[in-house]
Amino acid sequence: MAKKYELNELEVWDGNMAAAQALRQADVDVLAAYPITPSTPIVQNYSKFLADGYVDGDFIMVESEHSAMSGCVAASAAGVRAATATSSQGFALMVEVLYQASGMRLPIVLTVVNRALAAPLNVNGDHSDMYLGRDSGWIQLCSYNPQEAYDLTLMAFKIGEDLNVRLPVMVHQDGFICSHTAQNVYPLQDEEAAKFIGEFKPVNTMLDVANPVTHGVQTEEDWHFEHKARQHNDLMNSFSTIKKVFDEFKDLTGREYDFVYKYKMDDADVAIFALGTTVESARIAADQMREQGIKAGVISLRVFRPFPFNEVAEALKDVKAVATLDRSAPGGTFGALYNEVSAALLAHGKNPVMLNYIYGLGGRDTTIDMLKEVYKELDECAKAGEAKYPLQQFLGLRGPKLAFY
Amino acid sequence: MLEIRWHSRAGQGAVTGAKGLADVVANTGKYVQAFAFYGSAKRGAAMTAYNRVDEEPILNHEKYMRPDYVLVIDPGLTYTADITANEKENTKYIITTHLSKEELIKAQPKLEGKEVYVVDCMQISLDTIGRAIPNTPMLGALMKVSGMFELDYFKEAMKKVLSKFPQKIIDANMAAIERAYNEVK
Repeated sequence: MAKKYELNELEVWDGNMAAAQALRQADVDVLAAYPITPSTPIVQNYSKFLADGYVDGDFIMVESEHSAMSGCVAASAAGVRAATATSSQGFALMVEVLYQASGMRLPIVLTVVNRALAAPLNVNGDHSDMYLGRDSGWIQLCSYNPQEAYDLTLMAFKIGEDLNVRLPVMVHQDGFICSHTAQNVYPLQDEEAAKFIGEFKPVNTMLDVANPVTHGVQTEEDWHFEHKARQHNDLMNSFSTIKKVFDEFKDLTGREYDFVYKYKMDDADVAIFALGTTVESARIAADQMREQGIKAGVISLRVFRPFPFNEVAEALKDVKAVATLDRSAPGGTFGALYNEVSAALLAHGKNPVMLNYIYGLGGRDTTIDMLKEVYKELDECAKAGEAKYPLQQFLGLRGPKLAFY
Repeated sequence: MLEIRWHSRAGQGAVTGAKGLADVVANTGKYVQAFAFYGSAKRGAAMTAYNRVDEEPILNHEKYMRPDYVLVIDPGLTYTADITANEKENTKYIITTHLSKEELIKAQPKLEGKEVYVVDCMQISLDTIGRAIPNTPMLGALMKVSGMFELDYFKEAMKKVLSKFPQKIIDANMAAIERAYNEVK
């Protein structure tokens, strides 16, 4: 039996410690992991908890991230709670197995500390890995600070393991800006956290020899399509469970989460739509713009997948100009946020000016001044009722200005 | 918002110092942030670490900072790092050096006219802790210069932060904090 870990009502944790503590409190049965910057301290902290007697489960040190996720798939299929952590190149190496995990309907939890993808090699934060995972069939939850990384990791287990969902869940946090930044965190006590998440409920377990099942089968054209459609259907329908878990968490802690995150959006004329730590920095920029008489708001996704299509459109229905900030090189088109937010608005008959800014790649600092510059450009567009700037720009790029459309 | 920038070499404990300070300050009901620039820096590479302290939850995640205090814990960085970057009119500098303030300003003229304090954190940590770990003495000096906390309160709070270490190390750190508090000029 694991020892009780004494936690203060207030801890000063970075995002990695917050995620590691949530994994410990979730009483994970099998954690199979391979370390990679900047998520290494999650695995390191967890293995220290284990060595110090605070973890009952097994920790499997594997030779690669492909094996880490394979280990989680095997453990989960065998009928126990499994989780791991990764970043960037490690995430990329996991991709093959990410699709296996979601296709096999295994409620694994993956804490992702977002980092740029090589080349050029770079250990700092951007959302390349988050975007790489967006078609993998996982639920993707986004945090903006260490407290949220902790909260969402706890909630990830409860969401993924719900019998109406049974899908794997990723929890994202920004590399270094969140993962290595210590801030005030108010954790639950171990027993409260355990009670909130609940016992793992095995479904179709491989080790139940009285009821033999097969996992990871081949289907070809006769069943593959039906299988993937059902998987998508359940992912789309997971909103109701996500809401239920968010509500229960609010009842327990007072901390409120919703599919879409909004700051001063009720009367906003212009809005920045971003993910990660930038959401909080943008709040400061929005407040400063409001002092100058510009009605600025901030909007983000708490749930990146499934994408809250209707809620996004509703939140932006009266906005005149929107900037989507994508922290991932889009590789020959607009950033994913731009495309998805535009589609949501168009389907709801809304046509605000939409600008796309690619920013922060490889950890490039995103300053309050840069975000205010975006608001100023949006304000010009809102007043003119048309795009006064190229539709796609690069924010904070040195050298000649690059822009498209 | 109070903002602090540390100049250090990787391995000298600036991150631990920044996080220790954050821990102490958070427990007085304030909101804190402690972070660092890493890159792929190896031990000995110049680096910076940061603290933010506020009465409200800290939302600012930009790395850009106009510091109220600049803490230099490696003597060489006064000459090789851009320690006055993004300074304010009233930025205070606490610099590890064996020189007097006058000698230091003569050796690094860009400190001329600024509010500079000197303390030999290297010697203090060698004498007390037995290793060149200048982070805790710098915190002692910061307490004196900023008046953030009374020495006794701060030492008690730091004992809790260091509680996972053996008593001998805690005692040595307490001696380092007290000496730097008394010696900073």
